[in-house]
Amino acid sequence: MPECRAIAIVISLLLSGCDQPLPGPEVQGGDAERGRAALQKYECGVCHLIPGVPGAKGRVGPALHAYSRRIYIAGRFPNEPDTLTRWLLDPPALAPDTAMPRIPMTQKTALDIAAYLYSLE
Amino acid sequence: MDDSRLQSVLHPAPGSGSALLDQLGTVMYVGAALIFLVVIALVIHAVLTSPKPADARKWVIGGGLVFPVIALSALLVYSISVGNAPERRGSDHTLRIRVTGKQWWWEVSYELPGSARSIVLANEVHVPIGRPVHLELATDDVIHSFWVPALAGKVDMIPGRTNHLVLTVAEPGIYRGQCAEYCGGQHAFMALYVIAESPDEFARWLERQSQPASMPTEPFLRTGYEMFFAGGCHDCHAVRGTPATATLGPDLTHVGSRYSLGAGMLRNHIGTMAGWIAGTQDVKPGSFMPSMNVYTGQELRALSAWLESLE
Repeated sequence: MPECRAIAIVISLLLSGCDQPLPGPEVQGGDAERGRAALQKYECGVCHLIPGVPGAKGRVGPALHAYSRRIYIAGRFPNEPDTLTRWLLDPPALAPDTAMPRIPMTQKTALDIAAYLYSLE
Repeated sequence: MDDSRLQSVLHPAPGSGSALLDQLGTVMYVGAALIFLVVIALVIHAVLTSPKPADARKWVIGGGLVFPVIALSALLVYSISVGNAPERRGSDHTLRIRVTGKQWWWEVSYELPGSARSIVLANEVHVPIGRPVHLELATDDVIHSFWVPALAGKVDMIPGRTNHLVLTVAEPGIYRGQCAEYCGGQHAFMALYVIAESPDEFARWLERQSQPASMPTEPFLRTGYEMFFAGGCHDCHAVRGTPATATLGPDLTHVGSRYSLGAGMLRNHIGTMAGWIAGTQDVKPGSFMPSMNVYTGQELRALSAWLESLE
């Protein structure tokens, strides 16, 4: 029956979409490539494992692989772009007991870094 | 400055010993290449032309004796003059800096003019431009070698003796140096920076470095100060102006003003400071400093903030 075949094709097409990862959150005004360069410049890899950043294999803080699918930031706050940007700009302001210090950087740099982290799937 | 030029023999600093070595190298290479070409041309000539009797005596004496004696004597005179160039000679008024190689960092100490005390710091050598600086090079443990490729050739640091190097840096800039004699596991990560600045800037820097650290008044920094002693950092490190006087590790009196951390491993800011303290053995495995994973997050931040405040 042609209808059954059509339905089967549609279902298999829909299912084939299932193994595609969902795209990470969009960061307005963030440039992932500049973010990667900033992560390297600030040497965030001393404390974090960051895929795509040379030498970033630190174990002081959490590994940042698949960050676009991470549920909580620092195990505390739902992972969404605004919170992540605020976290990057001043971690102790959000969580006074964190070990991550406030590293002076511009809002633009924080957006760039967030964009890069959300590009990690 | 372009990073690739920070540490390159191919980009010697103008007027430095390395520039002279570069010139000597160029003369050698070009001269040797010209002589090689003449010899090859003679060989080709001999193969291609029809054989005829040659005055062997003339060639042996001219090409084998007279020419080498003249060329090599000229080179000898030239290379000795490079070795004794004024840039490489100091005088009694020369600033003296003692650099001591340690596994795997550098202790740098300045004698203050007209004073018996010296200022000790680590992993960076500040020099005023346009003035010869006399480096006394020694070691506390194994053989190291002091090498700042853009400024001068290598000079070994041998246990039990002091070697000497006179440097003159003509232009302000940052030059990276590296231990050039295998000295153990972290040899490749034993780097230092030479920072050349104007005589005024240098004098201000030296004056600031000669001051002891002041006591923190801000509560957060005060916590950091207390954590320094609570964690036992003073067992290895000194901070002038505080009870910490140990000399096993680098003097930290003005660590916040330094260009790098861990002997050239990391740039210096509060983030790398915290990461270095907590994860030393990840950054520099085998270093004599343990990973200080004894602090709570807040304590680690306070300690890092206090150390960074020591400028």
